[in-house]
Amino acid sequence: MANLSLELEAERKKICQVAKNVGLDCFETVFEMVNFDQISQFASYGGFPVRYPHWRFGMEYEQLSKSYEYGLSKIYEMVINTDPCYAYLMEGNSMMDQKLVMAHVYGHCDFFKNNIWFSKTNRKMMDQMANHATRVRQYIDRYGYEEVEKFIDLCLSLENLIDRYSILNGPTQFNEKKPQVRESDFVFQVEKSYMKNYINPPDVVAEFKKDQMLKMKDRAQFPAEPVRDILTFLIHYAPLEEWQQDILSIIKDESYYFAPQGMTKTMNEGWASYWHSHIMTKHILNDSEIIDFADHHAGAMFMKMGGYNPYKVGIELMREIEERWNKGKFGREWDECDDVKERKHWDKKLNLGREKIFEVRKLYNDVTFIDEFLTEDFCVRNKMFVYKMNKETGRFDIDTRDFKAIKAQLLFQMANFGQPIIKIENANFENRGELLLRHVHEGLDLQPNYMDATMKNLNKLWKRPINMITIMDNEPQLFRFDGKEYTKHSLSENANSQAEPSRKDSE
Amino acid sequence: MPIREDQNRFKNIVKGKVRDDFKKYVTNGELIGKREDEFVKIPLPRIDIPTFRYGPKQDQQGVGQGEGDGEPQQGQGQGQQGSGKGEAGENAGEHMLEVEISLEELAEILGEKLQLPKILPKGTANLMTEKTRYSGIAPVGPEGLRKFKQTYKKALSRYISSGNYDPNDPVIIPIRADYQYRTVKKTQKPHTKAVVIYMMDVSGSMGEEQKEIVRLESFWINTWLKKHYKGLDTRFIIHDAAAKEVDENTFFKTSESGGTLISSAYKLCQQIIEAEYPTDEWNIYPFHFSDGDNWSGEDTRLCVQLIKEYFLPRVNVFSYGQVESKYGSGQFLKDLQKEFGDDDQVTLSQIESREKILDSIKDFLGKGK
Repeated sequence: MANLSLELEAERKKICQVAKNVGLDCFETVFEMVNFDQISQFASYGGFPVRYPHWRFGMEYEQLSKSYEYGLSKIYEMVINTDPCYAYLMEGNSMMDQKLVMAHVYGHCDFFKNNIWFSKTNRKMMDQMANHATRVRQYIDRYGYEEVEKFIDLCLSLENLIDRYSILNGPTQFNEKKPQVRESDFVFQVEKSYMKNYINPPDVVAEFKKDQMLKMKDRAQFPAEPVRDILTFLIHYAPLEEWQQDILSIIKDESYYFAPQGMTKTMNEGWASYWHSHIMTKHILNDSEIIDFADHHAGAMFMKMGGYNPYKVGIELMREIEERWNKGKFGREWDECDDVKERKHWDKKLNLGREKIFEVRKLYNDVTFIDEFLTEDFCVRNKMFVYKMNKETGRFDIDTRDFKAIKAQLLFQMANFGQPIIKIENANFENRGELLLRHVHEGLDLQPNYMDATMKNLNKLWKRPINMITIMDNEPQLFRFDGKEYTKHSLSENANSQAEPSRKDSE
Repeated sequence: MPIREDQNRFKNIVKGKVRDDFKKYVTNGELIGKREDEFVKIPLPRIDIPTFRYGPKQDQQGVGQGEGDGEPQQGQGQGQQGSGKGEAGENAGEHMLEVEISLEELAEILGEKLQLPKILPKGTANLMTEKTRYSGIAPVGPEGLRKFKQTYKKALSRYISSGNYDPNDPVIIPIRADYQYRTVKKTQKPHTKAVVIYMMDVSGSMGEEQKEIVRLESFWINTWLKKHYKGLDTRFIIHDAAAKEVDENTFFKTSESGGTLISSAYKLCQQIIEAEYPTDEWNIYPFHFSDGDNWSGEDTRLCVQLIKEYFLPRVNVFSYGQVESKYGSGQFLKDLQKEFGDDDQVTLSQIESREKILDSIKDFLGKGK
């Protein structure tokens, strides 16, 4: 498969060997030389050669190829988490760039293989994606392009409603039975239709049904615990046709497959950058390439004013950890030392740094990584600050350089990896089969127009009204979409009695 | 590449959006400002799949890195809003997507929206251009142009009709008589040329807004006519009390004060046609826009006479658009209506505001002339 020139192949072997020697543990990595058009296609497909047909990939492609044509952006490297690991090199890049990319890719590959959050991902995703594509195409043949596309649009609208923390435990299991009053549960089977009313007298059936409904009110809430894995829940309980169920589970599989990459962006890029820098400068670069390397490395690490570059933060933290553990700057003794001078020259010559960063790359994700290793020294040294919109000037100003504030802000942005936390609280709300969602509000409101549109889409799947409890403009509110209209009720103070008690109905 | 399929699908969706919001684009001058030869760039909001996501409007804050001067009030730390993976605080709905649509496609959408009939060029019968294409078939020719498929078919039919064909052993051997060759074929193509002559009143009473309306109308008229005529000429005449020919830019920029003598423009138009556009070769479309004031009834009578005697026998259709303005009396339209009320060859349209542009285009082009 690999179509590298002899020269590149020789370099690849060399880099691979160096990577092995420094302790990186990679899947076999296959590099492919592709041209710009191909890499744009792969990039639009999230790195894969084949995906199910959908216009969103086309939009991605349109933008990538346009911005390349206009010289605004260029894709240097792409690597996917599979075994063997596939990576793409772009035709026409300089030799130095190709080597840099290969070294970087080996870093990613090691991370994919060893970081615990990736441990449950499907390493044969290349085949899986192709299977997904085939399945979707079959449905398209059977049900029509527009029909399937419309449904995929709905699914993608809910794509982010997964439980990222369940990645380690495997998929959520749902064994509960959906509370439903089915006539078939208490009505006798009748063969002849003229016998129907005789065997099952309508008034008796009606009374029985009412009774059942009342009983159900007393039943435990459904689901018993709030559910974060909303996609899986819908696959189980939403009234979907088989093909729709299948498509929804395709979207869910892919969403879960990509989730760890979102959860470890900073670490993953930091790790790969750390290693490309190490491998290139210590082993691979020749004298004539050093300036170009420095230039391109600096370009990748550049952090825009007020921006956040995961490459930069990642590599700096990795290096900081290595240095701290080399010099023994950790533990109680270090924490309790107040002497500035002593701290500055602290060196216990432990040389545990390398070992520590390998441990970090194995066990952490971005949240735990920042939480544990972002230190005050680091913030001061890297001149970090929190900025805020100044309402008077309409500009962003530095708000504070306080360490705690910086850390809180960073962690907040990363909590749930940039996605709002939304749970299904009740799938039989008001005992009418309505869906009740709760947005766990952590300081940021949801975007209202997107919320409305998403609720509408959810309604198309669930086919019953959708309710959403959230805080909007500092006020707890319940939003409802019943398939036709949006309504909202305030849940604060006296209004509290409006929705809350009605919830109790079903508890 | 499979991505092409998705890309085409995306482009179709975009075109659908343009179609849905067509009216907005028709009345939006910015669109036309961006035209480039054969393409028009249309700004579209990014097509998005809605998800539950954080909104932008709350306390926008994030972490940055850099010097700043330490003062909380005036740091250098202003920057892009949102950091953290670019998720939080990204202002949705502000991404603009610029799509290119060819004039041809735009004309199609226009035609579809307004249900415009196809234009039947007049006087094409006597003007033909001859074109040669390799679309004919001949039994002789150079080997290089032999058509395998046709030759095979011929041989096959010979086999079948002579009863020698054996389905179990379908060997076909062509003989000399079966050979077929590509050859040139002459086709006669009607040669259609058209000229649009825009005339506009630039007297003081025609304001900026009125001119903008004329500009938009002329753009759409051109787009539609271009679809039907390979070579489309446009000429521009402005007039107040006297008329002169100008280029397109001047046409829309000029503002004069003074009286209005419409016949001056018609006379100049007549001269241009006589000098450069022989009527048996050209489809001629004079368009005249004004706010409806004319110097005198005398002059109006002269105009009517010119239209009747000179223009109508020579042009495809004579169009007059009256742009409503605060100052104009609008008398001219009434006069023309009286005179040509049911003449198929004269189209009259009243354009009260931008919103009426579409209707007026329909008035002008709806007759299929």
